[in-house]
Amino acid sequence: MKQFKGQALSWQVQSGVIELALHREPCNELGTLSLGELEQFASALDDLEADAHALIIHSDVNSGFCAGADLRELYERSQSMEKLQASRGVRDFLERIHRVLNRLDSAPLTTIAAVHGVTFGGGFELALVCDLIIADKMARFCFPELRLGLIPGFGGIPRLRRDVGNAVVRDLLLTGRSFNATKAQQSGLVSQVVSEGEALRAARATAAQIGKFDRQTAVSAKRFIKPIPLDELRKEIDIFCELFSRPAVQAGLKKFVESTDAQPYLP
Amino acid sequence: METAEKTLDEILRLAAAHFKVPREKLSPDEDFFKALGIDSLQTLDLLTKLENHFGVELPDYELQGVTDFRTLAAKIQARL
Repeated sequence: MKQFKGQALSWQVQSGVIELALHREPCNELGTLSLGELEQFASALDDLEADAHALIIHSDVNSGFCAGADLRELYERSQSMEKLQASRGVRDFLERIHRVLNRLDSAPLTTIAAVHGVTFGGGFELALVCDLIIADKMARFCFPELRLGLIPGFGGIPRLRRDVGNAVVRDLLLTGRSFNATKAQQSGLVSQVVSEGEALRAARATAAQIGKFDRQTAVSAKRFIKPIPLDELRKEIDIFCELFSRPAVQAGLKKFVESTDAQPYLP
Repeated sequence: METAEKTLDEILRLAAAHFKVPREKLSPDEDFFKALGIDSLQTLDLLTKLENHFGVELPDYELQGVTDFRTLAAKIQARL
């Protein structure tokens, strides 16, 4: 399928560049709907890759790239199930999203996340799958999971650790604070910081440059320098599921979902 | 180094411009959520705007409970 328009995302191919746009209001929260469409995209990649050298992931939503997992759906589903069933459901969801993200991570394309605004939790983890992150200067990156009694579950810790120093990982993970684009670039996380609204344009320019190189060489270079931390990713799922079964997590999710606080996104 | 009053004035000016609210309608001790009509995601926009403008880092948790421009200015001033 060369192009697709779904409820949560769409994709198209132009001049050898696949553009995957997230467009689910309010901020591309990742739930079963988005996951289903991401799985369709992962399946379509086998064909799309034949005519492409780059993939750009971006958001059409004003508030940001992606605010992470759909916590409302997660809470509601876990409330409607027995504890054991809920726990299995979470593991199944994580296994599925890891398959998609591992597929994107290892794609024989140069992948670019063009981000703006909120790039939190699962959204940050989606960006970390990409080879390059290009951020507009209003982007913010955060792992707020600890406030819910959880750790990032979509592969964030192993992938962040692959890219930056352990002290930066601890800072983001253990304080739950967010980094702006400049700080993220200083930390080695972001490749380019551009003006507001310019991330997609810069990503397209970068993708055009990448298109000048021999594809097989680029693929070999990527495979050499970007290993997928599979053992740590498996471990992350186990830790997440272990933590998820505790009452503290249900309490944290309930607090978030029912919050009327003006600042629920502030740790 | 900027004075506290100048910092406060800059914040009011930036907030008014970013959220398209007349500057004269904002006062230092006002609740900025109400004055600007913003939610938590937009508060992060304001934080980013201020960090970029003043060249400081302001951890989100320092903003917990901060609702007025004057206190916000004091938090920024402490990092200049």
